[in-house]
Amino acid sequence: MQLIPCPWCGPREEAEFHYGGQAHVAYPEDPSALTDEEWAQYVFFRDNPSGPFAERWSHSAGCRRWFNAVRDTRSHDLLAVYRAGEPMPEVAS
Amino acid sequence: MTADLTSPLAGWTDRLAALAPALTVSEVPFRSQLTVRVSDPGAVAAMGSALGVVFPSVPCTFTAGEGEFGAVEVLWLGPDEFLVVAAPGLQVPIEEVLRGALGDFRGSVVDTSAQRTTLALEGPHVRDVLAHGCSVDLHPAAAPVGVCVQTLLARTGIVLLVTGEDRVMLLVRSSFAEYLAAWLSDACAEYRAVA
Amino acid sequence: MTFRTSTGGAIDRNTLLHFTFNGQKLSGHPGDTLASALLANGVHEIGSSVKLGRPRGVVAAGSEDPTSLVQIEAPFSEPMLLATTVELYDGLEARGLAGQGRLAALPDPARYDAKHEHCDVLVVGAGPAGLVAALTAARSGARVVLVDEQNQAGGALLGVEEYLDDRPSAEWVADIVAELKSTPGVLVLERTTAFGMYQDGFVLALQKRTDHLGFAAPATVARQRVWRIRTKQTVLATGAHERPVVFADNDRPGIMLASSARTFLHRYGVLPGSRAVVFTTNDSAYCAAIDLAESGVDIALIADARPEAPARLATECAARGIEVRAGQLVTGTEGTSRVTVVHVGGEKIECDTLLVSGGWNPVVSLFSQARGKLRYDAELGAFVPGEELSTVRVAGSATGELDLNACTRQGRDAGAAAAGAAGFASGGQVPLPVSDSRCTARSGLVLWRVPGDEDASFVDLQRDATVSDVLRATGAGLRSLEHIKRYTTIGTAHDQGKTSGMIAAGIVAEALGVELEDQRPTTFRPPYTSVSFAALAGRDRGELHDPVRVTAIHPWHVAHGALFENVGQWKRPWYYPQPGEDLHTAVLRECRATRESVGMMDGSTLGKIDVQGRDAGKFLDMLYTNMMSNLKVGKIRYGVMCGVDGMVIDDGTVIRVGEQRYLVTTTTGNAAKILDWMEEWLQTEWPHLDVHCASVTEHWVTIPLVGPKSRAVLGEVAPDLDVSNEAFEFMTWHDTVVAGVPARVCRISFSGELAYEINVTAWHGLAVWEALMAAGEKYGITPYGTETMHVLRAEKGYPIIGQETDATVTPQDLGMSWAVSKKKPDFIGKRSFARAENNRTDRKQLVGLLPVDPEVLLPEGSQIVETDRLPEPPVRMLGHVTSSYPSAALGRTFALALVRSGHERIGETLYVPVEDTLVPVTVTESVLYDKEGARRDG
Repeated sequence: MQLIPCPWCGPREEAEFHYGGQAHVAYPEDPSALTDEEWAQYVFFRDNPSGPFAERWSHSAGCRRWFNAVRDTRSHDLLAVYRAGEPMPEVAS
Repeated sequence: MTADLTSPLAGWTDRLAALAPALTVSEVPFRSQLTVRVSDPGAVAAMGSALGVVFPSVPCTFTAGEGEFGAVEVLWLGPDEFLVVAAPGLQVPIEEVLRGALGDFRGSVVDTSAQRTTLALEGPHVRDVLAHGCSVDLHPAAAPVGVCVQTLLARTGIVLLVTGEDRVMLLVRSSFAEYLAAWLSDACAEYRAVA
Repeated sequence: MTFRTSTGGAIDRNTLLHFTFNGQKLSGHPGDTLASALLANGVHEIGSSVKLGRPRGVVAAGSEDPTSLVQIEAPFSEPMLLATTVELYDGLEARGLAGQGRLAALPDPARYDAKHEHCDVLVVGAGPAGLVAALTAARSGARVVLVDEQNQAGGALLGVEEYLDDRPSAEWVADIVAELKSTPGVLVLERTTAFGMYQDGFVLALQKRTDHLGFAAPATVARQRVWRIRTKQTVLATGAHERPVVFADNDRPGIMLASSARTFLHRYGVLPGSRAVVFTTNDSAYCAAIDLAESGVDIALIADARPEAPARLATECAARGIEVRAGQLVTGTEGTSRVTVVHVGGEKIECDTLLVSGGWNPVVSLFSQARGKLRYDAELGAFVPGEELSTVRVAGSATGELDLNACTRQGRDAGAAAAGAAGFASGGQVPLPVSDSRCTARSGLVLWRVPGDEDASFVDLQRDATVSDVLRATGAGLRSLEHIKRYTTIGTAHDQGKTSGMIAAGIVAEALGVELEDQRPTTFRPPYTSVSFAALAGRDRGELHDPVRVTAIHPWHVAHGALFENVGQWKRPWYYPQPGEDLHTAVLRECRATRESVGMMDGSTLGKIDVQGRDAGKFLDMLYTNMMSNLKVGKIRYGVMCGVDGMVIDDGTVIRVGEQRYLVTTTTGNAAKILDWMEEWLQTEWPHLDVHCASVTEHWVTIPLVGPKSRAVLGEVAPDLDVSNEAFEFMTWHDTVVAGVPARVCRISFSGELAYEINVTAWHGLAVWEALMAAGEKYGITPYGTETMHVLRAEKGYPIIGQETDATVTPQDLGMSWAVSKKKPDFIGKRSFARAENNRTDRKQLVGLLPVDPEVLLPEGSQIVETDRLPEPPVRMLGHVTSSYPSAALGRTFALALVRSGHERIGETLYVPVEDTLVPVTVTESVLYDKEGARRDG
């Protein structure tokens, strides 16, 4: 049972959290201006790197805040957590 | 008026009382509870002075005070979210006062009094019993009086307040209250035997 | 004949324990294991092997034993336990196994539980290194947990008779344990096996709390407990296991690891036999031989595989008349249920016991689970911890160090370093004891096997896997140990290859002609020892298996005989059977009563979300496919929500409570999901919006009052409310007083009938429900459950999210284009509606189906085909039946279905395969009852 450090509540067991997929994928400013291809990229396509990956988590059984985390997909180690709206910090992979 | 009221654990009074001496457990029903969303520091302060309590500024804590509405507790639920708890029957005037204090600032006040019920737990085994289902460290050094965590106890969400060395309050969603009571009863079995 | 010594051992000789093994009545003493008691009675044959049926005995004294599998029959049937780890108790009944056990037919009456524990330093193993590590950490003031598998601390010291600081080692152990137990913040857990080590200092340990009490185990005490330990730092002092050497017919009962025989002697006062041959590659077996000889066992000879025997030990042997033959190998054995002859250097030597030592394997399972890399130590012939981890340290023989003085020094260093890393300054040095031990296992010879009959040279005794099997694997081209493990099954039994895994790796390396340094060991995985499912389940059984959520009115439903349906975790009344009624007749009655007079249900499980703020309307406009911002205060609108892919995720009503306030309802199953969905958009995409959401699902009880007489009933309980159609229009709401209680009443219908939804706080729910029942009595008011609700809505063609939809259905597919705004510039899902895929004319669309025979009920989930005869496969499926019911109102059966190009097929006849027949059905519009909506206003 991994610990995830909620930026507000501190480290808690992963069972208290919900996964929200890749971070920093913004809802398009004007979806109607996008081609089908561009829209499909937003809806269906996400990165799947081997290594550091910025993703969204929600402390759903705690303070219910969404935040971002950089996770190394090879080890599951969380390299950094940061609040929604903040830029992704530099991490050593 | 309360003659018509039924609390979520109305049918559990005797079974909870029977958990003593392992643990003294009782439901504290019908408390006034308001979910408050507010972030402006001025509005937070105004709400606090209206109720006679300083709102908690530290995550995972609660504060208590006394004012116009008697004893009031304010629980930190999130960076801009609080639960104001007071004696039964005060939710309407408190909502009004809080709305007044919020004024034009961003935020909300919602009466959620019946959304959750409260269990008061007391006894030397209280932290041990909860450790059977709660992954948060409840050692007195890690969870001193004043701590208020939202977490899981066994398979239900709870708000856990440490109110004394041997005292804890649990807030639980009303529909999960009977599950929690059943779980507590089971977890106490061993402590009843050795108490 | 007894093989019990006259003195010695940590057993209580004054007390007899009676037990039964394979039907034979035997006795032992407190302190015995089942294995030691059997050996004391001269019983070596425990069971037989899983594939070949060969007799099998006791190889090791502890949890590494590969063979002594038994089934406990009493007090409670439990399969696949090791006789070496079952503590003896009075009345125990056990049976040897042929490799496989049998699950109990009855539910296990014992209690099991779990407990979370947090500490600064966790020490695994209470042998000499672990004890010193724990005490060092404890003296620093750290919170320390010490877990140990045995029923008493001491580890390897329990199996020898040695002195530490010139006094029996047991006294030294007892002093440390006493200090640990009296130190605040220290938890010592005996009979506790750390079986899994995970990320972030998370360790699972199984404590066997009352197993050893047998029939006397108190029913209130949890028999086993899974400790969920969260630690900052860990010291692994898990020790080492002796391993055998593989040779022909090495599996007979009576063939035992040398150190295990020594443990049986010193810990239990049991001799392995009368006359023993010792076969070794290292020094440690000499001590076993000498100790056993001094206790009366005739040591026929020591065959030392090394070219030269160790001089000092050889001298000691000579003094006791023990013959030592250097450079000699055991090449085979004879015997059936017990070894009787051992072949050494071409000579046949009669004996009843063969003691083997092939060196020592450090126990690195937990270290490997913690992702520590292993390194092959060529001198030891074993994998050892190959790196330092920041939070996990290894001490004692688990590192490969076999000298006791060095092991305790490692323990002290590791304990101090762990406490330091957890933020605790040294609390004073723990003095290290001085050992008088004369045997260490260094300077051993690495020998995996002796050439011989490969079909009878067993590598994994439990799996009946031989050298032949290994060579077959390498011959087939397998090179990776992981692949060979799976091909041969070596190391996959209950013991997880504790004694066989290293040997298998060695034989593979020899066969492939590669160095073990270049071989990657197999990955160790939890659990280290077997853990029962009952222990893992803990108290999550029976009513606590999954929370049962109930509404405030639940006690009434129970009292009135409702049967319940599980909807997520909720228990919802399914129907209320009257005497003699089944589902079918009860539902027809409930439906008829509701459509003809008045019915009532508990709708409290509906999700309810309070949405407040200046931008609340704007926000809901983005969330719903239709417009919500232009809803007037006092009005209600039905809405559909889609994901960004344009597929329906939920539906419900939106009530405009105030200028800046709405109340949104969701389906029962999606309440939490939709609140999360809203928060996700607000927090991550639109934090600039002034909107806040709060769940009020359980604050309110919701009671739909449905049917032509609902107006009259409501009028009676809500005297302040003008219930006329003019004053209280469809899709509006009013705050009023119902049955003396503040209430919000909404005119909403999910059945097509005149209907009201009465909302009061949950505390008042039961009283208001009872008041409504009383007021409706003269109209024959009928409580109904989810089944009737489903029929009533299906007759009107209203879809249920999750029943008619499955995340591939658009609002247009449901025939709800009317609920999709053309005016709004954007909302979630809108862009996807323009995708080519969403505009295919052959999408599956919601339609009604009327079986040509009005008595035929289509099974839900049935497929739909085009022709009245099935063509050759593959048969093209047009869709499936989503809902199907008999209808009182229609006087026939009907169904809803998703059908390819369904909207164009109305009037067509299609076919539904039901068992061996094709049932003809007519495709209709989804609305089957009161298409004009005449009943809505009563």
